Amino acid sequence: MIVLKDVLALLDGELLTPAASPDAAFRKIFASDLMSDVLTSAEPGALLLTGLANAHVVCTCSVADLSGVVFVQGKRPVPAVVDEARTKGIPLMATKMTMFEACAKIAGFVEDGGHGRR
Amino acid sequence: MAGAEATYRKEFPVKGGDFAKAGAVACEIKELLKDLGLAVATVRRAAIVAYEAEMNVIMYAREARVDLAVSPDEVRLTFDDRGPGIPDVELALTEGYSTATAEMRELGFGAGMGLPNIKRNADVFAIDSEVGRGTRLDIIIRTNGHVTP
Repeated sequence: MIVLKDVLALLDGELLTPAASPDAAFRKIFASDLMSDVLTSAEPGALLLTGLANAHVVCTCSVADLSGVVFVQGKRPVPAVVDEARTKGIPLMATKMTMFEACAKIAGFVEDGGHGRR
Repeated sequence: MAGAEATYRKEFPVKGGDFAKAGAVACEIKELLKDLGLAVATVRRAAIVAYEAEMNVIMYAREARVDLAVSPDEVRLTFDDRGPGIPDVELALTEGYSTATAEMRELGFGAGMGLPNIKRNADVFAIDSEVGRGTRLDIIIRTNGHVTP
């Protein structure tokens, strides 16, 4: 498990939905740009890492009960998408890291028992 | 598909090509089912079915009527569209098979998992399609049923 504030710190990320709790927890991580793959395989409560920054990401997360989204590689959704996520209570974050870098950072943190590697 | 009398029913229209509203029906169905007090897992399965079916209508059909019927034992979803129909249903049910355009893929769809996802989340799944007329999906999700792997 990993919490939102740790995700932001690890990924040098920006929180796009400021009202989100820093202690919001994510039980699993799922990385994909294909929304049907998210609907097939992502587990409820997961944090989604994606390079797709459109409204369908928020809708997919809402339908599949995912708990948050990190947009990688400098991608950012338009304000209307952020507003929709805020309405649905889905935290959105953004990082300049690539998908691979972001996944590796989070995997290292989780495998290291939550301490992170330098 | 006979079953217990529905205690709640609602119809929704879906317009083909209306990507701006994509997912609106699925999200509304999800909220309705939550308000009716259905189990979290049942609501999730129904929402995924509704979303995938709604996206198929938006991507491929001209329009569709969606029926939601809820009884104590099951959630029934019917998607009845007017559109080109599916020439080879078995092929369309194959995971990874997709006829999505580049535009659809840019939106994150077209992985070829839509109909397989619907079938995976249904306890009962029936599809009837006619080229030149359209496609009808009848789905039942039992409120205490199990998903067939």
